[in-house]
Amino acid sequence: MYDFAYQKPASLADAVKALGADGEAKALAGGMTYIPVLKQRLAKPSTIVDLSGLGLTGIKVEGGKVTIGAMTKHCVVAASAEVKAAIPALAALAGGIGDEAVRHRGTIGGSIANNDPAADYPSAALALGATIVTDRRSIAADDFFTGMFGTALEQGEIITAVEFPVPTKAAYEKFRNPASRYAIVGVFVAQTSGGPRVAVTGAGQGGVFRHSAMEAALAGNFSAAAIKGVKTSPDDLNGDIHASSEYRAHLVGVIAGRALAKAG
Amino acid sequence: MGFEGIGASVRRKEDSRFLNGRGNYTDDINRPGQLHAYVKRSDRPHAKLNGIDILAASKAPGVVAIFTGADMAKEEIGGLPCGWQIHNKDGSPMAEPPHPVMAVGKVRHVGDPVAVVIAETKQQAKDAAELLEIDYTDLPAAANMTAALAAGAPTVHDDVAGNICYDWQIGDKDVVDGVFAKAHKVVRLDLTNNRLIPNAMEPRAAVGDYDVNSGEYTLYTTSQNPHVIRLLMSAFVLHLPENKVRVVAPDVGGGFGSKIYHYAEEAIVTWASAKVRRPVKWTAERTESFMSDAHGRDHISTAEMAIDAQGTFLGLRVSTQANMGAYLSTFAPCVPTYLYATLLAGTYKTPVIYCEVKAVFTNTVPVDAYRGAGRPEATFLIERLVDAVAYDTGIDRVEIRRRNFIPADAFPYQTPVALQYDSGDYQTTLRVALQNADWDGFEKRRADAKSRGKLRGIGISTYLEACGIAPSAVVGSLGARAGLYEVANIRVHPTGSVTVFTGTHSHGQGHETTLAQLVVEQLGVPMDQIEVVHGDTAKIPFGMGTYGSRSLAVGGSAMYRAMDKIIAKGKKIAAHLMEAAVEDIEFANNTFKVAGTDKTKSLTEISLAAYVPHNYPIEELEPGLEETAFYDPKNFTFPGGCHIAEVEIDPETGVVHVANFTAVDDVGRVVNPMIVEGQIQGGVAQGIGQALLEAAIYDDNGQLLSGSMMDYTMPRADNLPNFNVATENTMCTHNPLGSKGCGEVGAIGSPPAVINAICDALKDYKVRHMNMPATSGKIWTIINAGINAG
Repeated sequence: MYDFAYQKPASLADAVKALGADGEAKALAGGMTYIPVLKQRLAKPSTIVDLSGLGLTGIKVEGGKVTIGAMTKHCVVAASAEVKAAIPALAALAGGIGDEAVRHRGTIGGSIANNDPAADYPSAALALGATIVTDRRSIAADDFFTGMFGTALEQGEIITAVEFPVPTKAAYEKFRNPASRYAIVGVFVAQTSGGPRVAVTGAGQGGVFRHSAMEAALAGNFSAAAIKGVKTSPDDLNGDIHASSEYRAHLVGVIAGRALAKAG
Repeated sequence: MGFEGIGASVRRKEDSRFLNGRGNYTDDINRPGQLHAYVKRSDRPHAKLNGIDILAASKAPGVVAIFTGADMAKEEIGGLPCGWQIHNKDGSPMAEPPHPVMAVGKVRHVGDPVAVVIAETKQQAKDAAELLEIDYTDLPAAANMTAALAAGAPTVHDDVAGNICYDWQIGDKDVVDGVFAKAHKVVRLDLTNNRLIPNAMEPRAAVGDYDVNSGEYTLYTTSQNPHVIRLLMSAFVLHLPENKVRVVAPDVGGGFGSKIYHYAEEAIVTWASAKVRRPVKWTAERTESFMSDAHGRDHISTAEMAIDAQGTFLGLRVSTQANMGAYLSTFAPCVPTYLYATLLAGTYKTPVIYCEVKAVFTNTVPVDAYRGAGRPEATFLIERLVDAVAYDTGIDRVEIRRRNFIPADAFPYQTPVALQYDSGDYQTTLRVALQNADWDGFEKRRADAKSRGKLRGIGISTYLEACGIAPSAVVGSLGARAGLYEVANIRVHPTGSVTVFTGTHSHGQGHETTLAQLVVEQLGVPMDQIEVVHGDTAKIPFGMGTYGSRSLAVGGSAMYRAMDKIIAKGKKIAAHLMEAAVEDIEFANNTFKVAGTDKTKSLTEISLAAYVPHNYPIEELEPGLEETAFYDPKNFTFPGGCHIAEVEIDPETGVVHVANFTAVDDVGRVVNPMIVEGQIQGGVAQGIGQALLEAAIYDDNGQLLSGSMMDYTMPRADNLPNFNVATENTMCTHNPLGSKGCGEVGAIGSPPAVINAICDALKDYKVRHMNMPATSGKIWTIINAGINAG
């Protein structure tokens, strides 16, 4: 890794200020993606602003909403009795991210801010219609994810929490890349107050996306049977040495079906 | 203290330090004043190297020196040598282009070393390396064998026309063609053996330490064979007197063959440490391992079996292309020839065999021996072809094997491809494996799987391999530029404890335990009074190291010979002390005894007398109790056996789950059953990795796409079943131990068993063959095509 300055601000205001003052500064949450990037010399930030001194942790369930502090680690979400009770699919998703070591460092805010096209959390945020709360505003998940590694966050804007409305039913299934164990296809399905929502991660060239054809098919019948025959076009999907876009397109259907079966 | 001799599952003595983080690996070694090297590597598959401007880099903080291939050329540093010469069909020697330590004039693969930056810290060396200005002119690359053999292909080495290293053959083509012309039927199979990247847990590392006062060089390195490295580096590369070079291979975290070879970085740090008069350390990052450790396998073959109406094998004809990569690694040329084609008889009495092998240069990392080395390629070819014969004729897969096995009473058995097998019993290993795998109950399990929506298949591989390489004169006649004996020095200390100095090297195999058990067995010394020393040319006699499952069969046999000498000398001392004739002295259980009397002397009493020779036959016998033996084997050893894989395929996703894996191997005398089981399990894990997961993939331009753990799929625990491992052993007839070797059987026998099982699971889709790795995407494509077609 290249040399960089390191700051660990004690308040959100200081963190925002540090990031806002320097266009080359970069926020560090759990670092499970960013530290490998640094080690490979693929990024050369001037300053690392470590967010681990800000608090921003904890889980709250009230008013039909699960609110998770941005610096909450995956292992905490996975083990949370409140999350398991309110949105068991979300706890299960957190428990399946990376490996044990990653789950003890990685954070929900970091995952969502990075919007890795194969990350798990973006699919939950999108399918559950989450709200991403930052130091300055609230952003609907539908407006937040803007393409591979792209988000609506401004330079220096820090996610403080993610709010998930509790769905009637939900489940997440993923088909792992055999090498990296990231999602080749991950599908989060949810029956929400606004109707069924299906979000697909791992497969799309533009990162996480909603599967509108499946959502339409599920409108009257939230079941695996309802999406049988719903095609996914391989056109906008990734193809690589592990899975062609055609195979991914097929897997979207299979994995969505399994998620729906799991959601019950 | 229980039984610790041959046959005891003694816990591994070395594990305490490994499990407690107290191992001493090369990267743990730090010398006073040590500098750090960073090797700048080509990011181009093939390019002219016009020049390197080091000015800016040399001014960077902490930089002590920068060297390039041109600097080494100025000092007439030699290229990395190749240890095996193959001859073409016409008798001419293979093409052997130079392999410069660092590139000169041209780079030939991504990862080819271009320069070394030596600085106070590794970080500084890396920072400075980014300032090197390297002037390349890109050339079109021959990224794979098909591209390299095409008309008008780019030439990897300007003076090697058509990129052909050699075009070799074994067997009489006319005779074999004649058999084929008259055969009832010919079964043909085109197949590839996928390219693998070894990925030992410990990346390679090297520390060069030149002593200005003595003029001695010490190289600490991650090697399987320190003496071989010392010989190659001092005689061929750096032109140093061997007495001034010490090579230490301390704890080494896995090799699998990839740490046999003499690598550029070893020569670089040794040479550079004298230039800068300070120790120089290099440790590979994992990404460097992918692009600089020798890869394995990478064959394209056509195989044909001529059969009669009963499925009897009449003749085998094979044509193979073998990828050498950009340069010849140390033992590369022998892998697809004498470690491959000579194995093509397998366990079968195929009377005539012809094989031709074209070795091909490509713009890829050099390819060399990797766990099994040639034998997995031969086994995959034979065992897939045998299943294809069954498929094409409708004869049962087990029956076709039984009909063609070399019978147990036919040993020694001379194959048509040079080797003479000394022992084996393939019917027995097959029978026991079928029992252990509950072969007869399979159809019920298949039906059960079907009721769950899964496709279940079972596959069999009845393999043979050759280990314990091997008689020096024989391998010499086949092109080896090395002897392949092994050596042991047994030192009985005055108080009766023992140190073994072995020429083999342990990098995970557990020699410190297994070899000690031989001393327990022969000398009756308890385990905790035996030490095994290996891996340091300043301590051990000149040995050839560990590869090809040779340590016990060859190195253990050397120990037996040395211990025979100890016992013979001990008897003379005992005879003197007990005033008896030497012929009347018996030795057993650590005790010398005058036969037929109760007069005894313990080994300790004898060793004490040998080192304190007050009452001693000093006129006839030298003091001391220490003996060395060099053992040159009479033949290879021939482990074999039967592997049975049972898989279940999810037809919706194509994912293969290995449900059961049964191995019944014949490894000869087993010294430590627990360690043997561990070796077989590890080998099978790698074999399943090759069959299902692993593939080194280059794009058409020569860039390595599977260049990290993110894209190269190593097998993990959840890819593997609980193994059902057993042995059914026949003894090696020509070494004193009877051991054959167990290090590679798992990786050799298992891949075709897995693929045969997959083809069986997919039989409704008319799958006759599938190349490795059988990824879920490939299987889905087959199933999907079947569904769409049907």
